[in-house]
Amino acid sequence: MTGAGDFDLLLVPPRPRTGWRVLPARVTAMCVVELQKLRHDRTELYTRAVQPALWLLIFGETFTRIKVIPTGGIPYLDYLAPGIIAQSTMFIAIFYGIQIIWERDSGVLTKLLVTPTPRVALVTGKAFAAGVKAMIQAVVVVLIAALLGVSMTWNPLRLAGVIVVVLLGSAFFSCLSVTIAGIVLTRDRLMGIGQAITMPLFFASNALYPTTAMPDWLRYISVINPLSYEVDALRGLLLGIPSDLPLDFVVLFAAAAIGITAASGLLGRLAR
Amino acid sequence: MRDDTPAVSCTGLSYSFGQTKAVDGLDLTVVSGEVFGLLGPNGAGKTTAIRCVTTLLPVPSGMVKVFGYDAATEQMAVRRLLGYVPQQLSADGGLTGRENVSLFARVFDVSRRERAARVGQALEVVGLADAADRLAATYSGGMVRRLELAQALVSSPRLLMLDEPTIGLDPIARTSVWEHILAVRAATGMTVLVTTHYMDEADQYCDRIALMHHGRVRALGTPEQLTDDLRARLGDGSSPTLEDVFRDVAGSGLNEGGGEFRDVRRTRNTASRVG
Ligand SMILES: Nc1ncnc2c1ncn2[C@@H]1O[C@H](COP(=O)(O)OP(=O)(O)O)[C@@H](O)[C@H]1O
Ligand SMILES: [Mg+2]
Repeated sequence: MTGAGDFDLLLVPPRPRTGWRVLPARVTAMCVVELQKLRHDRTELYTRAVQPALWLLIFGETFTRIKVIPTGGIPYLDYLAPGIIAQSTMFIAIFYGIQIIWERDSGVLTKLLVTPTPRVALVTGKAFAAGVKAMIQAVVVVLIAALLGVSMTWNPLRLAGVIVVVLLGSAFFSCLSVTIAGIVLTRDRLMGIGQAITMPLFFASNALYPTTAMPDWLRYISVINPLSYEVDALRGLLLGIPSDLPLDFVVLFAAAAIGITAASGLLGRLAR
Repeated sequence: MRDDTPAVSCTGLSYSFGQTKAVDGLDLTVVSGEVFGLLGPNGAGKTTAIRCVTTLLPVPSGMVKVFGYDAATEQMAVRRLLGYVPQQLSADGGLTGRENVSLFARVFDVSRRERAARVGQALEVVGLADAADRLAATYSGGMVRRLELAQALVSSPRLLMLDEPTIGLDPIARTSVWEHILAVRAATGMTVLVTTHYMDEADQYCDRIALMHHGRVRALGTPEQLTDDLRARLGDGSSPTLEDVFRDVAGSGLNEGGGEFRDVRRTRNTASRVG
């Protein structure tokens, strides 16, 4: 039975990567796994496309017609599309913590925690893996929007900016989710909290309407909501309407960094 | 030129979950190159002890060393030397066998040039070469265990840690898992630390065993030593088994000990997932 094959390679330990090289290697490993899983099971890809399609098709088309939302002169559907990209990628990221808890329960995460992977590298890897999923979702929504006649940019530089924004946004929201997972520890509780916060995050942002149309208290909330900055950046990049891109990028970078730090700190709790 | 640093040494290792003292003053030395068995009933603290050694649970420095590296202060060095197979079935069912092993090749820094060949060898060694490109979700319990063994082996660990590797498996799969463990050990000379609550396995496959009960080691030695000692002590011509040795040191049998609700439930969960 065994001994049939050679196992000379297994006798020599691999040479460890050191220093800064560890992080990109782990991020790549986590993203590869995410893509492999998606290749084997694409159902999630299709079911996830339904909601944003409905938002654009029904909500978008209707409000384009009745013209009650001040969009600064562009069709409401165009205005809405970046908001729906941000919203639907946020949904994916927020529920990423559930996958992490599943991986904890099944032992997959436990084993990864025993590899030469610092917590920060593992969390960053997972955050980017969530970003990979979000990015595919973003492409799907862009395509749906294009089909509905939204005219967005095809400038490669701007699209690269879109990728960065979506990655940073989902890094923040997936780390938020992992942080909550590290606090509540069970899937059911995380599911409940996830459901409780997604809608408020969505409505307390500029995804559906400009902040100028909000009552004061809601506007204050939207100022501290990273989703607002993500939407603002996406609108600026995809539609070319005035937006504060430098501020958006700074806020998204900071949010992602804070999220990764918090999640790394709490990841150990999931292992116990 | 083998140095005699122990593969694992625990001195006064203790770990509590709230009020529960899961491990309570454990002293243990695993000699480099041996197959060491940690034998004890459910709830004895085997898994907790293993998880302290793997750096999963935080321990004070000085308590746990792996080949001389401190599990508290030199975590990365310790992890590089370990291949760990946890008690639950931990392969990812959404990936193929090959992808499961490949992930561990990547996170242990196997170079891209060598990766495919190395992953192939690891799968070959555990007899999964033919099933390598099927999703792990379609594997039987015994195959998943062998896949996990391949995941652990792909990084050429010096210490292989297996937590109840045969729990819930049928006798044939159990034998096959053990045969692969021993074949790998023979070929690589790696140290194996294994936990089990199956007395016959400890007896048959381990060089030395520690009987664990309520978080402590109650008896230690080769299976022959342990039974011989008891035979000499009883002096009535009977030939005691490991089970009798355990009863002698713990006051109850292996199958009657411990076993709070959560332990039983966990064991069942693992068993049913293996199913
Ligand atoms: N995560 C945990 N939280 C609380 N108690 C735990 C946890 N893990 C184990 N225990 C308790 O610690 C004791 C030892 O458990 P464990 O190390 O799993 O034993 P074994 O592996 O020998 O069956 C048991 O009483 C068990 O209930
Ligand atoms: Mg156990």
